[in-house]
Amino acid sequence: MFELLGVPPQALFGQVLLGLINGSFYAILSLGLAVIFGLLNIINFAHGAQYMMGAFVAWMCLNYLGINYWAALVVAPILVGATGIVIERLLLARIAKYDHLYGLLLTFGLALIIQGLFRNYYGSSGLPYGIPPQLTGGQNLGFMFLPTYRGWVVVASLIVCLATWFMIEKTKLGSYLRAATENPTLTQAFGINVPLLVTLTYGFGVALAAFAGVLAAPIYAVNPNMGADLIIVVFAVVVIGGMGSIMGAIVTGFSLGLIEGLTKVFYPEASSTVIFIIMVLVLLVKPAGLFGRAA
Amino acid sequence: MTDLASSATPSAAVVAETDDSAARLHRNLFIAIAVLLAIAPFVAYPVFVMKVLCFALFALAFNLLLGYGGLLSFGHAAYFGMASYVSAYTAKNWGLTPELAILLGTAVAAALGLVFGALAIRRQGIYFAMITLALAQMAFFFSLQTPRFTGGEDGIQAVPRGKLFGLISLADDRALYWLVAAIFMGGLLLIYRIIHSPFGQVCKAIRDNEPRAISLGYRASQYKLAVFVLSAGLAGLAGATKAIVFQLASLTDVYWTMSGEVVLMTLVGGLGTVFGPIVGAAVIVAMQNYLAGLGSWVLVVQGVIFVACVLLFREGIVGVISKWIKKPL
Amino acid sequence: MKLKTLLAATALGALMAAPALAQQISVKAGVLNDRSGIYADLSGEGSVIAARLAVEDFKAAEKGIKVEIVSADHQNKPDVGSTITRQWYDQDGVDLILDVPTSSVALAVSQITKDKNKILINSGAGTSDLTGKACSPNTIHWTYDTYALAQGTGGAMVKAGGDSWFFLTADYAFGHALERDTSAVVTKAGGKVLGAVRTPFPGTDFSSFLLQAQASKAKVIGLANAGGDLTNSVKQASEFGITQGGQKLAGLLTFASDVHALGLQAAQGLVLTESFYWDRDDGTRAWSERFAKLNGGKKPTMVQAGVYSGLLHYLKAVEAAKSKDSAVVMAKMKEMPTDDPLFGKGTIRVNGRKMHSMYLYEVKKPSESKGPWDYYKQLAVLSGEEAFQPLAETGCSLVK
Repeated sequence: MFELLGVPPQALFGQVLLGLINGSFYAILSLGLAVIFGLLNIINFAHGAQYMMGAFVAWMCLNYLGINYWAALVVAPILVGATGIVIERLLLARIAKYDHLYGLLLTFGLALIIQGLFRNYYGSSGLPYGIPPQLTGGQNLGFMFLPTYRGWVVVASLIVCLATWFMIEKTKLGSYLRAATENPTLTQAFGINVPLLVTLTYGFGVALAAFAGVLAAPIYAVNPNMGADLIIVVFAVVVIGGMGSIMGAIVTGFSLGLIEGLTKVFYPEASSTVIFIIMVLVLLVKPAGLFGRAA
Repeated sequence: MTDLASSATPSAAVVAETDDSAARLHRNLFIAIAVLLAIAPFVAYPVFVMKVLCFALFALAFNLLLGYGGLLSFGHAAYFGMASYVSAYTAKNWGLTPELAILLGTAVAAALGLVFGALAIRRQGIYFAMITLALAQMAFFFSLQTPRFTGGEDGIQAVPRGKLFGLISLADDRALYWLVAAIFMGGLLLIYRIIHSPFGQVCKAIRDNEPRAISLGYRASQYKLAVFVLSAGLAGLAGATKAIVFQLASLTDVYWTMSGEVVLMTLVGGLGTVFGPIVGAAVIVAMQNYLAGLGSWVLVVQGVIFVACVLLFREGIVGVISKWIKKPL
Repeated sequence: MKLKTLLAATALGALMAAPALAQQISVKAGVLNDRSGIYADLSGEGSVIAARLAVEDFKAAEKGIKVEIVSADHQNKPDVGSTITRQWYDQDGVDLILDVPTSSVALAVSQITKDKNKILINSGAGTSDLTGKACSPNTIHWTYDTYALAQGTGGAMVKAGGDSWFFLTADYAFGHALERDTSAVVTKAGGKVLGAVRTPFPGTDFSSFLLQAQASKAKVIGLANAGGDLTNSVKQASEFGITQGGQKLAGLLTFASDVHALGLQAAQGLVLTESFYWDRDDGTRAWSERFAKLNGGKKPTMVQAGVYSGLLHYLKAVEAAKSKDSAVVMAKMKEMPTDDPLFGKGTIRVNGRKMHSMYLYEVKKPSESKGPWDYYKQLAVLSGEEAFQPLAETGCSLVK
């Protein structure tokens, strides 16, 4: 068998697959950010905290209400999305007329509050959450052992990402949304309730983050800080993609997960910085991002 | 686009017309600050006051970029932290005197600001914020992974305070305090001077209307970069001084939460005001100090202040006062 | 100049003690630890509770010693920790500081404690530098250190047949130190280190590194990481069927609170070293019962137990010396043998190292556990002499 830079192809396939799995999380999270940014023009700094909330709500569902993983996959995004709607109505809507950077600062504050509260009530070392019984075990693919759950993560995130893309690009509701992004005043004049659209969009973006959180709960440590560091990587992903298009966010998310996975094989020490390095390169060549429109 | 600073303080635009009364007021304020600095160590605990001064200078530096360059950086911890590493390292391992160590730290921060700034000013607004954040995170990983230089997560400990100019021992808190107070006052005056220089006026023009400034023949990106480097350098000055005061440099100083804290200080004090960051830094440092017993509630309290400031109090403390007395501060 | 603050501090101390001159000594102990971050569960408020229990059990009031306990959150930041420490010593008249997890903060606090001639009894931090090249006449390192953990987990596992190792090392100085110490022990005991991979810190996804570890066919996978990294890697190892495949996981810095966070399903089979486990004997059980009642049902970690034991010994020394002068009390503490229900009998070495046994534990399978917090089965015991670094090797300047 041939070897690539001293790494057997089996290991390489394995890592590519693992990279895709990480990419799934990047994709859902950056998609959520892009959806929110599209209509509200703010970067939702609380996205990481809302991702964490998704995982915690899944845990609460199981431990307080006996709701299992599958139901939590639906319930948690709805609940967390509902808190998002409240946040938009009570807080974000009030500052919409000011500089959008205030939105960044506001959501940053929210992230601190949410993380602090969860830390107070649940401590910081985390909570246990098991893999649903239907998805334990795994398949031997010849080149690696793939836990069934990881396979499910990729499938689920692909479905959600593509469904979101379809909804925004191909449906009536999506066309309202795109119109409101383009020109809110005119859209309002056509009798479409733009503020409601904005609220729902924020709720939806937040629900996406929560969905990613539920997906993550069985494999990553469920603790109040789980989203804080991840979100900065996702920011870099968003800068690289450019947030201009929904598909752009999805593609960038998956491909950066892949690149990161490969870095872990060839040069593990750099795997935490590789995304930032790519960001610098992209900025040098295409300041607007790969899929972005020039500002 | 980025009217964050100007919208926060309608008075900021008035600064251009530096009317005499405002100038007189500012002069009096500077005297008041100098007097306060002179009596502070006899009234309050000097180490605490030095901490406030370091953070106040840091916030002033950050505010220079935001208030007068119109750029909200979310990665100022990088300059603050790297400078503190450089000054701690050189003071400890090369045996440099404190003033040289601090200067070297400042220079490195400015150089880092030049590199990061050149990349970041290609975008504006929210993108700018995210890019600076991501770049700062790179600086954090660099610090984490080069323990030979940074001491990893233990940081550089037991940094000698040394002797100023090789003569005056700074081991006593009071002695060190005068140095820190002098650095702070120098930084403050420098920033005030920059803002009111022709250079500062052009920066404000670019902030308020970039296309027009360009059409008038100003190279906007060069001005922006210059403000960025100045801001990074001054943030570095604050970080380098802090390393000498606390005799350590650690990962905390480069982590992104530090970037968030400086934004909060400036926001509380008043974005785009000259004196706001000082008040904001004093409030936040005091709060962290006195609420330390609350544990993780401190985080929640900080978040609530953030949200409350954005919703109800966008002008910040000094901004409100400034509006009230109808004079720019 | 230092003398001046010292004089001021003693003057202040004298002033405060003055009204109660009738042989009453009043002591102020500060519990400085993480109350909001990743170590809040293993130290935090629990350590304050442990300190209060020590005062209660010592019956301080009856013995004419007035003890006041203050506490603060250092947020795992050395600068915050050193500000609080300076303020406590300079202004608030604190006599000794307890706990202080996070090595970076502990080193900073130890340095200031030496400068101000006070006492630090460290329970929470791991770095063996505290009694090695950064040792101080004013610091006692109580509960554990990385050297002892490496001896316990590395040495004892090789003896038990786990003679080939692969490390997952968090890519920062602490991770490197854990890996270095443990591989030295493994090789010395006749084992082999097959490889190591440096994982980005802090990390969330360890699967690709775990696959590399799996492919190495090593019998033991050493996890040279802590906190969130540890829980993530253990969780994912169980997902990838690594323990089921016959490889053993060894946590080089694992606390009972980590196991509690993981749950037995994910943590089963993990091997780790601790100096205290609540369910070891009647003494520890009785004390832990009282502790849990005050701590929302959570059992104590070894760090919290160490705070109790350390403060108890300090108070005994103050009673014996009839003084709270730092040098006198330190000398007394090192001279007197230690004895308490949690750590048994022990001594304190000249470099400040508290000597006691260390225990190698394996996490139970869910089926073996009889209830909440029933987590460990004991595999081996190491005496203090076996576990801790020989004095001559420490590089501490106090050792002559």
